[in-house]
Amino acid sequence: MTARPLAVVGASAAGLAAAEALRRLGWRGPLTLIGDEPHLPYDRPPLSKQLLHGAWEPERLLLRSKDQLAALALDLRLGTRATGLDAATRTLTLDNGETLPCAGVIIATGVAARTLPGAEGLTGVHTLRTLDDALALRARLTGTGHRLVIVGNGVLGCEAAAVARELGHDVTLVGVEPIPMAAAVGTEIGELLAEEHRAHGVTLRTAAVAGFDTSGGAVTGVRLAEGEADAREREGTRLPADTVLLAIGSTPAVGWLGDDPALDTTDGLRCDAYCAAAPGIYAAGDVARWEHPVHGRPVRFEHRMNASEQGMAAARNLLAELAAEEGDQSAFADAFEGAPPERRPFAPVPYFWSDQYAVKLQAYGLTAGADRIETTVLDRAGRRAVALYGRDGHAVGVLAAGLPPRQVRGLRALIAAPVPWEEARERVRAATATG
Amino acid sequence: MKITLDADKCCAAGQCVLVAPEVFDQRDEDGIVVLLDAEPPAGQHDAVREAAAICPAAVIEVHE
Ligand SMILES: Cc1cc2nc3c(=O)[nH]c(=O)nc-3n(C[C@H](O)[C@H](O)[C@H](O)COP(=O)(O)OP(=O)(O)OC[C@H]3O[C@@H](n4cnc5c(N)ncnc54)[C@H](O)[C@@H]3O)c2cc1C
Ligand code: SF4
Repeated sequence: MTARPLAVVGASAAGLAAAEALRRLGWRGPLTLIGDEPHLPYDRPPLSKQLLHGAWEPERLLLRSKDQLAALALDLRLGTRATGLDAATRTLTLDNGETLPCAGVIIATGVAARTLPGAEGLTGVHTLRTLDDALALRARLTGTGHRLVIVGNGVLGCEAAAVARELGHDVTLVGVEPIPMAAAVGTEIGELLAEEHRAHGVTLRTAAVAGFDTSGGAVTGVRLAEGEADAREREGTRLPADTVLLAIGSTPAVGWLGDDPALDTTDGLRCDAYCAAAPGIYAAGDVARWEHPVHGRPVRFEHRMNASEQGMAAARNLLAELAAEEGDQSAFADAFEGAPPERRPFAPVPYFWSDQYAVKLQAYGLTAGADRIETTVLDRAGRRAVALYGRDGHAVGVLAAGLPPRQVRGLRALIAAPVPWEEARERVRAATATG
Repeated sequence: MKITLDADKCCAAGQCVLVAPEVFDQRDEDGIVVLLDAEPPAGQHDAVREAAAICPAAVIEVHE
């Protein structure tokens, strides 16, 4: 008897890593990879960096070559949306009307860019999540001297601001937080970045956006909310703009799952420590909120590294579950080669990086949500710094700007498991004092 | 097994060095990947496949 397929929904970093791992670990049965974008799986971090800059063309972003994909023997459904999942029977429905009963499903549908009321259909107002988004923004910014207002001063807004300045545009970065990226990395690292952006000519503003000025269906400016703007800046509550980038965060792509009571979709798809959302249903990447066994609470990361690592972990644990499942074992055995993998809790050391101008930030562990942060600026002008993030008396995250790779890897080892705060401080000092 | 790199794409994450330190290293000045052994011995193959899968910039290509 032939096995039902395993299906992976979402054909990007996490979904591809999951599909590859299923094959590497021994799944020889049918494997369906479903993605609603028309493109072969591509990488997102360069969208706000090399692609927006024009240094790279879309082909450079492909995560795997055609040959590498062919070797996976996938039933690859691009331009196809999953529209529903019945968790109990592990049955997917697709937007072409097809129903697909599966042996197991891995959900890797990521997140979608948030937008603002009134933005839809306005020429010149952009978001930046997909390749099509990035190409549209790049086309809009052809030439130099555009007046670009970026709404949102988190990591995406900051990266786009850096590229747009390098391209010679007039850039204003508006955020409700007075210091860019402060929520992710703390105020002192954020202030260091703010200095770098100012030095490159970006105008930083603290305000909420109330709406857009338009003319003939095209944006001509951004209106800042009265009263919420910083008192000193209240005189100018309209920012002229021919292009606006909304970089105001994202929402997990869980809407298509409906309201199946078997699945908890509050802020992503809730999973256990094994990345399982329900029997035979797993999740990975930006969409997955799982119980991190080391940090002891549910976490969800929108980091590129986590997408690959979690895709691989979900694949392993799904196969382990199927191997151990009661019922018709012959179907699984026929479709599987080698020894089934062991089930393992997913306990990564989270990692993210960001490139802005020549500054590279690299962070390990949890940097958001810290209750204490100690930042050491090693060289202000050179933007070299290290920061330690603590929670409940333990160091849980570390960030490096402008440090050599050996030191960065040393810092990773330091917070791989939570260390008492004082001990971690000493070790950071020792690690950054030498070399 | 033969390894090729598209080092221009490297974002200096260093994950390859953590997984297969005998095969990959990073340049001191900018963290860009360096290949120590383009045809590693069989004992390294699993680690190399893992590094290729995990690299967040799709830099490492493995030919078998
Ligand atoms: C511009 C930009 C820059 C970034 N830079 C960095 C960086 O420097 N460092 C870093 O660590 N991280 C960065 N990230 C984050 C990183 O790219 C993500 O963490 C990563 O892409 C997550 O991968 P994923 O596979 O989980 O989700 P996604 O990449 O979001 O992929 C999900 C896919 O599923 C598809 N999909 C959604 N719903 C359905 C459905 N119902 N049916 C079928 N398909 C569906 C989506 O269209 C999408 O193709 C950046 C992200 C962006 C957008
Ligand atoms: S894992 Fe990839 S991106 Fe990171 S250093 Fe190695 S090759 Fe470069």
